[in-house]
Amino acid sequence: MPSKSPDSAKVGAQVGRSVPRLEAREKVTGRAEYTHTMRLPGMLYAKLFRSTVAHGLIKSVDTSAAKKLPGVLHTVTIEEVRKVIPDPYYGPAFHDQPILADGKVRFVGEPVAAVLSADPHVAEEAVQLISADYEQLPAVYDEVEALTSKIFVHEQLKPAGAFADLKHLKGSKGTNIALEYRLRRGDIDQAFTTAAHIFEHEFRTQKVLHLPFEPHATIADYEDTGVTLYTASQGPSFVRSEIARLLGWQENKVRVKVPFLGSGYGAKLYIKLEALALALSMIARRPVKVALTFEEMFYQITRHPCTFRIKSGIDKDGRIVARKCQVFWNGGAYADIGPRVTQKSGLTASGPYDIDNVSIDSYALYTNVTPAGALRGFGVPQLAWAHESHTDMMARALNMDPVTFRKKNILREGRPHATGTIIKDAAVEKVLDRLVERMRWSQPLVQGAGPGRRGRGLAISMKAVITPTTSVAIVNVNADGSITLYCGTIDMGQGSDTAMAQMVGEVLNVAAETVRVVQRDTDVTPYDMGTLGSRSLFHMGHAVRRAAEDARDKLTALAREVGEPEGSNIPVPTLFVKRYGMQAGNIIGTGVFKPDYVPPAPETGLSDNVTAFWMVSGAGAEVEVDTETGHVKVCKLVSVVDIGKPINPQLVDTQISGAALMQLGFTMFEEMHIDGGQVINASLADYKIPGFQDVPDAMENLTVDNFQSNGPFGAKGVGEVATFCVSPAIANAIDDAVGVRLRELPLKPETVLRALLAQAGKPLEDA
Amino acid sequence: MSAARTISFRLNGALVTADVKPHHNLVELLQTHFGLYGARESCGQGLCGCCTVIVNGRAVSGCLYLALFVDGAEVATVESLDANGQLDPVQEAFIETGAFQCGFCTPGFILMAGQLLDDHPDPDDGQIKHYLSGNLCRCASYPQVIEAVKLAARKRKGN
Repeated sequence: MPSKSPDSAKVGAQVGRSVPRLEAREKVTGRAEYTHTMRLPGMLYAKLFRSTVAHGLIKSVDTSAAKKLPGVLHTVTIEEVRKVIPDPYYGPAFHDQPILADGKVRFVGEPVAAVLSADPHVAEEAVQLISADYEQLPAVYDEVEALTSKIFVHEQLKPAGAFADLKHLKGSKGTNIALEYRLRRGDIDQAFTTAAHIFEHEFRTQKVLHLPFEPHATIADYEDTGVTLYTASQGPSFVRSEIARLLGWQENKVRVKVPFLGSGYGAKLYIKLEALALALSMIARRPVKVALTFEEMFYQITRHPCTFRIKSGIDKDGRIVARKCQVFWNGGAYADIGPRVTQKSGLTASGPYDIDNVSIDSYALYTNVTPAGALRGFGVPQLAWAHESHTDMMARALNMDPVTFRKKNILREGRPHATGTIIKDAAVEKVLDRLVERMRWSQPLVQGAGPGRRGRGLAISMKAVITPTTSVAIVNVNADGSITLYCGTIDMGQGSDTAMAQMVGEVLNVAAETVRVVQRDTDVTPYDMGTLGSRSLFHMGHAVRRAAEDARDKLTALAREVGEPEGSNIPVPTLFVKRYGMQAGNIIGTGVFKPDYVPPAPETGLSDNVTAFWMVSGAGAEVEVDTETGHVKVCKLVSVVDIGKPINPQLVDTQISGAALMQLGFTMFEEMHIDGGQVINASLADYKIPGFQDVPDAMENLTVDNFQSNGPFGAKGVGEVATFCVSPAIANAIDDAVGVRLRELPLKPETVLRALLAQAGKPLEDA
Repeated sequence: MSAARTISFRLNGALVTADVKPHHNLVELLQTHFGLYGARESCGQGLCGCCTVIVNGRAVSGCLYLALFVDGAEVATVESLDANGQLDPVQEAFIETGAFQCGFCTPGFILMAGQLLDDHPDPDDGQIKHYLSGNLCRCASYPQVIEAVKLAARKRKGN
């Protein structure tokens, strides 16, 4: 069924074409609207007074001086919040986070009080006039300590009930474990007794954070008849349900609108400032904006630091016969989505390897630091850091080439993953082969003429997409033949609007450039679980495809109804005129997608169908190490990923290089320094992120030829996959260059130099 | 809070006046008085470049630049580039090479790239990296920005 298109030259293959971003013009002209810069008439600004202690009972909060400052309209603590929201606790996995600190503070930076003023500078000044008295409690910061500590971050656990597997934790006391995930496959003890070699190592990752350049921001506009939230969110559907729950309202009285997002990387998922903004707007009975400063993001959400103990048994032929993984995730003071990171990443802790006997224990732990949540990779970069460093260390010890060792052990099509799910459409071997080829692994590495020592390394990894989740889409064919798409996926820079428009165009035979994608608004756009975990292109892609197919079928039926012969080429506008006597009416196509899934058995973690698709990636690095300073230069970084069939090659390329460079920052220098619970580098001046000078001279971003047979047009997600392997590839290259093994991130010059000096028998004293 | 003062300056070619307080920065002035949102405050320390504004022909960090300082000055924002409805060659080049993702930092990059090409019409990689090192992109579209600047250089010559 042909449709009207102003640019017929572009009609044809929409999928697989590098369509420029639909929103490109708004972005290059500075006219794209972001929540952080939005304002509503009559709006008040909220500024927050935050805890200065990591763990303590609140004895008193004195807001009297702040209240007296001219221009201050309200000062708010949990007492005032409770008057409008009686049970002011929120969160996706646990209802453990109070809108403002409630009798106790659990991390430095936790919001304790808020000030409202029409002038943000007045509100800011007033915050300085607030004081609080705390009875300090001992605190726990380290994830391994938290497991056995007698210091408990929460008196009692409060699972949200949304996740069935957390319900049994309700009311648990005397623990910091928010979730314990386990997997048991084969007979691990027996396998270790018969193994020819056993290796055991521990690896750690540091606390890093997302730092989207548009910091978190929400405006709530409460009326007794309904509430509208304008929010920088990756998941408006979840925000709507959680706000409705807090209000005890039907969801249709809560409207969540999301303008352009100045990115997210996982920081803006589930519920962040929305509950606070709601409470403040209810108190003020005016629109209230809560917008974080850059510094305040260090007290909002971070990635999980992780300690991973990994033990492998190898037989005499170099086959891995047993692997035991103990993973401890530092979740911070509130669970956020940490339990999901623990479970969904936990299940891939043993890596992309074919191992008959596997045991995994993965723990989400509460500690007294800024909460941790999802960050581009949902824990897999932390896991790959460990299993891929471990793999190289074993290969070295066994005098095997790291590629040969991996080849002997990788998961191939048709073989069972550790969970028992049979591997399908996961191009592990292709990724490794392509990486080896691009790294010219068979040829010796040429040492440079300079003082630096050169080395190379590689790593491979895989991730299971979070399953099962649901997406819904609507395709509207207007009477002039133009097409409007309604879908809840948030385009935060990954280019999803463009990719979705390409899928609509492919089905309805129109140019993607002509499809209008409606801005996210829960009054208009249907349900979507959230823009996270590389799920959107696959799940929403299917929903969009189905909606477009439904519209196409309805157009065909309409043609039949108006008496057109089978296969008629009647233009769509004429069809509407024939049916309605004028340019009127719509065709509405709908599509829903939820993949099949078998939940893991609680005791063994095994499942025949644990995920909708696997993401596979590999990275290779060439480095030059300055042995006098410990400085590491990454000369070459190769990323190879299996993302199925690319929908938009240019967007795919940008996602791969962007993800790899972000992970390069997490590998080489990014680190939140925390001393006694205080973040001591909470600013861009003190927390370095990658800039132009950090981009390796040679970067290659490659996809392997693969077709995801259950994906929309053979595609699957691309947002996270290139993050997985950067850290271990670089550490493996450093070991290759100078023979030192680093087990903790970041790989900063001081760490490298200390390791070099220790290796030479001249360890540097601690500073 | 101290009293406001009236300043006048030339904004994207037009003479304007505004009442500003001593603590207001240039980004705030542009957003609250003139509805120009292309310059955005992010890091608040003049390090990320999201707040780039051109004052008297040179790029400044609008988040650190007090509004009062533009009294009598010539100010240009990203919104001036397509004032006639036509995109600037730098903007076109950013679109064609896909040199941005979320777009929050993009106006700063575009203004700075324009200034780079004014100073160095045919920049090499080193010059681009050096000149734009005061602009950060958390989505890390750096490789694409380098391509965009080179394409913009060619486009400018063609014009």
